[in-house]
Amino acid sequence: MAGSYPSVDVSAAMVTQPVAAGDWLVVAPVLITMIGGALCLMTRKNTDAQPKLGMIFLSLLVFANVGLLARVLDKGVITMVMGGWLPPFGIAFTVDALGATLSLIASIVAFTAGLYGAISVDHTGRRYGFYPFLLLLLTGVSGAFLTGDIFNLYVWFEVLLISSYGLLVLGNDRAQLDGAVKYGILNLVGTNLFLIGTGLIYGVFGTLNMADIAMKVSELGSPATGTLAVIAALYLLAFAMKAAAFPVNFWLPASYHTPNIVVSAVFAGLLTKVGVYSLIRIFMVIMPESREYMADVISLLAIATMLTGAIGALAQTELRRLLGYLVIMGIGSMLAGLAVGTNLAISGAIFYAVHSIIVMTALYMAVGIVALLTGTYSLREAGGIYGANPAFAFVFLILAFAVSGLPPFSGFWPKVMLVDASFQDGRGWLGAAILLSGFLTTIAMGRAWIYAFWRGGPEGTPDGQALALPAAQQGVFSAALWLPLGILTAMVIYFGLQPEWMFELTARGASGVVEPSGYIRSVFGDQ
Amino acid sequence: METGLAILIGLFFTVAVYLLLSKSIVRILLGIAILGNAVNMLIFTAGRLTREVPPVIPNDLYVPAEATANPLPQALVLTAIVISFSFFAFLLVLAFRAYQETGTDDVNEMRIAEPKDDPAPPQGY
Repeated sequence: MAGSYPSVDVSAAMVTQPVAAGDWLVVAPVLITMIGGALCLMTRKNTDAQPKLGMIFLSLLVFANVGLLARVLDKGVITMVMGGWLPPFGIAFTVDALGATLSLIASIVAFTAGLYGAISVDHTGRRYGFYPFLLLLLTGVSGAFLTGDIFNLYVWFEVLLISSYGLLVLGNDRAQLDGAVKYGILNLVGTNLFLIGTGLIYGVFGTLNMADIAMKVSELGSPATGTLAVIAALYLLAFAMKAAAFPVNFWLPASYHTPNIVVSAVFAGLLTKVGVYSLIRIFMVIMPESREYMADVISLLAIATMLTGAIGALAQTELRRLLGYLVIMGIGSMLAGLAVGTNLAISGAIFYAVHSIIVMTALYMAVGIVALLTGTYSLREAGGIYGANPAFAFVFLILAFAVSGLPPFSGFWPKVMLVDASFQDGRGWLGAAILLSGFLTTIAMGRAWIYAFWRGGPEGTPDGQALALPAAQQGVFSAALWLPLGILTAMVIYFGLQPEWMFELTARGASGVVEPSGYIRSVFGDQ
Repeated sequence: METGLAILIGLFFTVAVYLLLSKSIVRILLGIAILGNAVNMLIFTAGRLTREVPPVIPNDLYVPAEATANPLPQALVLTAIVISFSFFAFLLVLAFRAYQETGTDDVNEMRIAEPKDDPAPPQGY
């Protein structure tokens, strides 16, 4: 049968060289998590083996991402196409320094969450699929960071969204179902907006490959008006919704405090940052003119998001809800980088994303330990931890300093870069808002520390008194909970004291999106 | 043809947004279903409508002899249909469970995660 066809020279349409062995790393994060998720799903009834199996795949994921980042730093942007079809016809995975960095940090955070989940998720939670959902969530997150195709990005968004639904309702209590309804509906509307924009992009340019769209948009040469402005506005709204930016941030404080604390930790670390990553990718690489056109709108959104987050955090009694607002505050800072859009600003935004992924996850984990020790998340009822466990109180204080952007921890450097970039660009208000939101965060976190740690117990107890730990909770605060929190805190301190390495990495990530010729060349070769 | 479909899609979006803005959860879900269909039709129309020429290349040619229908939007729509269908199924179950637990289908009354009488944080020290 095959012989009856004319022999065809496929090299015009397909990649004919075999893929270099190291380039398989491009798809490794997606493959590892998908296979791991499937295996964990099959064995989910064996609840004792679940954490072990999950941790094997999560550590494999970290190794694959380390390898991928090393290769990207060594060789530049790497592209791999599905089925060997040449771009723009095949779906491309294109990895640059930005995608590889975020993918690595996400996998490290997921690794620590897997460790923490082994303690905080009970056997029922494991049977209902904590580890499969965690791994599949990472499939979506890694896929979104690595893909070079805009429709494919939509698919990865849906993969991470459906896994996050599963994690969110794990446990099935009333508050969770209530929060999940709002989270579910608003996020689905957000992805639908993204899909509308993608449909219009296809209608206008006839392609879905990001590098191809970027070339066609730049050939257009005209300012961002007409259909292109509509598409840009739709993308801004859709990803702002995903990132929980003002004024579409309501789903986050409504839902992030309801699930198991380790699920909140993963969500706070990863989900909103995928939205920010997509904003950077689309507005820097694909539609740079539209970003300039909308820079004032984005900076207003950034200022409003930062202040909503910081003021919202001041008004909360519940520790987890307070942290939910701090996630929003961080999103505002990253949007500030996008609004300025210079090399320095984007470096700052990437550094801030890395910092925020680590520190928000660590803070939720720490707050989970607060609840284990005191039995409550309320600032009115918690207390006495400093007396009972000064080391843990010290760790929490470090994280509080880091999230507020105080030196010498990881939050300081990205804020310096962002403020510097805003003033250089003549957007003094933006820089002022970053500083003000940092100040308000310091108050909110300082108050949390004073009430939950320094005060001797519930409201009215004298300071410094040790919490009388119930015997049942003495053993809970074990090495297994210290380890994930310790890894993340060590990273917070390391990035604060030794930021040079991160400066270099984020500068490479930023120059790759500010001047995307390397990205395009990686997809289409030298033309 | 495109103009007619564009008007229809606009109608779908209008209905979807109207339903999404209501406070009954069932109406919101109907809005989501219609929104999904509006998006699918939009992708389909954006890929240009061509009548009755299947994209099949004859045996002795490398490229189609004449303009054919574009198969890619159909592939995209198919993906989007599957995804929106599964999400809709999940949200239906979720909304029903939330209705069972909260005892209301009015989203204004669903305040378990964010109670109305949430106490303010301690003001002084």
